[in-house]
Amino acid sequence: MKFIKYLLVGFLFGVVLTKSEAVSWYRIYEMFQFQSFHMYGIIMTAILIGSLGIQIIKSKKIKDINGEEIIVPDKEKGNIRYWIGGVLFGLGWAMVGTCPGPIFILLGAGFLSIGVVLIGAVLGTFLYGVFKDKLPH
Amino acid sequence: MEIITHTWHWSVAGFLIAAVMLLLNYFGKVFGMSSNLRSLCSMTGVGKKVSFFDWNWKSQIWNIIVVVGAMFGGFFAVHFLSDFSNVNLNPQTIIQLNGMGIDSPKGKLLPNVLFGNEIVQSPKMIMILLIGGLLIGFGSRYAGGCTSGHAIAGMSNFQLPSLKAVVGFFIGGLIMSHFILPLLF
Repeated sequence: MKFIKYLLVGFLFGVVLTKSEAVSWYRIYEMFQFQSFHMYGIIMTAILIGSLGIQIIKSKKIKDINGEEIIVPDKEKGNIRYWIGGVLFGLGWAMVGTCPGPIFILLGAGFLSIGVVLIGAVLGTFLYGVFKDKLPH
Repeated sequence: MEIITHTWHWSVAGFLIAAVMLLLNYFGKVFGMSSNLRSLCSMTGVGKKVSFFDWNWKSQIWNIIVVVGAMFGGFFAVHFLSDFSNVNLNPQTIIQLNGMGIDSPKGKLLPNVLFGNEIVQSPKMIMILLIGGLLIGFGSRYAGGCTSGHAIAGMSNFQLPSLKAVVGFFIGGLIMSHFILPLLF
């Protein structure tokens, strides 16, 4: 039963990304062509509301569902991994128009060809694991 | 019903995505979809050979459940909450796409030329999907997160590393969209 809340949050996430068309290859193309505000609006609103929420969590020391103080962890410091990893990710994102969340959402929606993207993404993750120690971070 | 079946406004979507992230924070977790790809690798038992996959992925089962919920959500939205009004692109975008030989959306989320069933006969399209996936998987793990972990969660928490990653996402995306896609189609 403790997992049902995750199922419901995931369900909401899947519905929102589908209904706002953030899962659409077309919307990602349109975004990178600067021909619509739609995707920028989604991302900026999410960051605006998200940062307000996180500020409130931090300043009021809000407790989580288990009664422990919520800790929003900082990302590790670094340069190369963020720049190079980011650019590689961006190339893939614009190429097939999906990031990891939408890969699963579209597969669930019945677009079987996305399975090829998923295989690629799992393979890419695996390759990173293999070469991790040889890469600059 | 139209307010549900038509394209949702960006402000509504942005608000609800932030709500998803904050709910996960409230559950004591952190929003991030690409770590599920690492869990999928670890499930195969490859951790015995590659130490990166030898970690406590079972502590991340909650995130797999989120993804399963998202898959149901996608199915529900496509089959019960959608009509033919969806994906109203900028008309200029459609002209541009048609010029590249990519079909107009007409309510579809994905172009047939890249995602339709006929791609089984097109090694080129299968390669595009596979290489795109490879870049997404490799890049997100190298950068330590994807659109959800960096662009939404990291930026909301004013993380400089996430800003670097997101600028990287856009540099890569712009190069692909403006210079490489026109060569591929």
